[in-house]
Amino acid sequence: MNTAATTTGYLDSLLQGRPPASPLTWLNELRANAVDRVGALTVPTTRDEDWRFTDISPLTKLSFQPVQDVAPVAPAMVAQWAIAEAAARLVFIDGTYAPEHSFNHTGFVVENLAAGVTRHGAAVQAHLGRHAEFERNAFAALNTAFLHDGALILVPRDMALAAPVHLLFIATRKLAASYPRCLVIAESGSAVTVVEDFLALENEAYFTNAVTEMALDGNAAVHHVRVQRDGAEAFHFANCAVSLAHASRYHSVSVALGARISRHNLGVRLAAEGAECSIDGLALIGGQQLADTHTLIDHALPQGKSRQLHKCIVDGAARAVFNGNIMVRAGAQRTDSSQSSRNLLLSAKARIDTKPQLEIFADDVKCAHGATVGQLDVDEVFYLKSRGLSDTAARNLLTYAFGAEVIERIPVASLRNRLEQAVLAQTQAAAPAAERPS
Amino acid sequence: MIHQDSKTLLAVRDLHATVNGIEILKGMDLTVKSGEVHAIMGPNGSGKSTFAKVLAGHPAYEVSGGEVVFEGNNLLDLKPEARARAGVFLGFQYPIEIPGVANSQFLRLAYNTVQAGRGKDELDPLEFDDFVREKMKLLEMNPDFLDRSVNEGFSGGEKKRNEILQMALLEPKLAILDETDSGLDIDALRIVANGVNQLANKDNAIVLVTHYQRLLNYIVPDYVHVMDAGRIVKTGGKELALELEARGYDWVGAEVKANARVNA
Repeated sequence: MNTAATTTGYLDSLLQGRPPASPLTWLNELRANAVDRVGALTVPTTRDEDWRFTDISPLTKLSFQPVQDVAPVAPAMVAQWAIAEAAARLVFIDGTYAPEHSFNHTGFVVENLAAGVTRHGAAVQAHLGRHAEFERNAFAALNTAFLHDGALILVPRDMALAAPVHLLFIATRKLAASYPRCLVIAESGSAVTVVEDFLALENEAYFTNAVTEMALDGNAAVHHVRVQRDGAEAFHFANCAVSLAHASRYHSVSVALGARISRHNLGVRLAAEGAECSIDGLALIGGQQLADTHTLIDHALPQGKSRQLHKCIVDGAARAVFNGNIMVRAGAQRTDSSQSSRNLLLSAKARIDTKPQLEIFADDVKCAHGATVGQLDVDEVFYLKSRGLSDTAARNLLTYAFGAEVIERIPVASLRNRLEQAVLAQTQAAAPAAERPS
Repeated sequence: MIHQDSKTLLAVRDLHATVNGIEILKGMDLTVKSGEVHAIMGPNGSGKSTFAKVLAGHPAYEVSGGEVVFEGNNLLDLKPEARARAGVFLGFQYPIEIPGVANSQFLRLAYNTVQAGRGKDELDPLEFDDFVREKMKLLEMNPDFLDRSVNEGFSGGEKKRNEILQMALLEPKLAILDETDSGLDIDALRIVANGVNQLANKDNAIVLVTHYQRLLNYIVPDYVHVMDAGRIVKTGGKELALELEARGYDWVGAEVKANARVNA
């Protein structure tokens, strides 16, 4: 068992290899505050309510450092992950910006944060570190302590772009730590689609600790796609904080396929009237994987609308955790919120812990939520078998369909098709019918 | 149509079946020959739908006695998928919705699986697209239904048309249509019935399970059977359906009881 002393020591050990001081005083102060918090916080254990079902002690048995000498990746390797429709792409290799693989045809700012932070100081300073709080969050604090590079996207007023911006994070090195930081500022009336894509060239144990902040001004619309297809030995921690101004719309689809242990915190604050969000998620895992998703939709002001569909498909001895908190504050009248957690267990050893959590302090609201955990429906399987499909083919198709309902919501056709193929391949490879619970 | 030289497709003898330990079918007998159209009628709870599901092999129903011979083979030995490949088709009363699977994908998978099982050629997506669009004309279906998820958001009539489309693709020897008329308006009923009539030929047979006579104005049966308490208690021609429509089901039950007393 980890004692507080050793876990404190562990976080300190991770602080080695921080970036050099920035010429920007405010940035240095932000990092220094975060370093202080890291010093005061401990590695979460299952005794923490927020981490009850997620044992991350395997992380603490390994030592991770940022990579100083990043090895180049062949263009052909990057090309295989390219999104054909992308208007811009930023590639990061083990956390380091790779300009040779990056481009920007959007006409607005899509650049690496290390460069952008000096060029667009005032805009960045107004938002960076203001949305993702790290007071009680060791991983957000660590990311902020290492705050150096990542993506900066500034979408000017009334600029609407349908083609996606692709942020591609490639891991190549065993025991590498990377701390990507992304900031998306969508000015009033603008629209953009951002794809964050995490993957690995090798199945090594590495540590990705990402923080993304998004600020949507009035009437702005952001589609946010997050694909976590890390290597099977990876540790992936991510915090995403989104702030919505008047009548802005945020739509997110998160897909978790990879990593040994992953934890995704997504917080959306409806900070003005008439804001809307939909946050959908799919975790498709097997073997010894653990995928944990914690979401918070914070209705702070009236007339907000939120929709959430979260699905987990769990095979082998894997474990999925979902905690979906919906907060409706006292002033947030006429909030319209619905949440659905749907879970599919494919093996007797698989496990799902789902916890919808509604906290409602307003009296004129519409809030619906539901959670199901189950196996495939007998009547659905029979329907397909009555059309000639074998038991295995019927189950595979239904499992695929269960996941595809979330994938279908991704607004980028080529990515959607590729993920559908990935889900198809993964569901075809699932355990044979004989090993399934009846 | 009744033919002198037609062969027996289905022979059900003294079939008993239970669900959750409760006996629903209590000695069902039925012989269906190729080319024939049979209607099985009866009040709610008489076992009509159970009979349909037992023939298709639904796992919730356990056969506790009797036999079902399909083209000379024991149908009850076959898994549901093997029955489908052998030529048994169940048109569902409540077709299942499968969000996330395109109807075209599902139809092609079913078609190719059954074709392969019969040792016939499979079709690639382009070939299948031409093939299925032709079949859809039979049911006056909009090709848009190919791109939608299976039955998801379909109206009652659209779901039933999609069932008959599957029948058209899979070309069963024995089609059991469970309450295919329920939930249909008169136009949809006419279209569905017209589709079924065009699929009927001298080599296949159709068993219509229905509560109402209305469907039988469009698909004219050779035999009408009345089920009560898990077995067939009366068989007649198409005129029996009209009599049932006019008089209800109670008199059949009363007649059965009276006969039982006479025979006792």
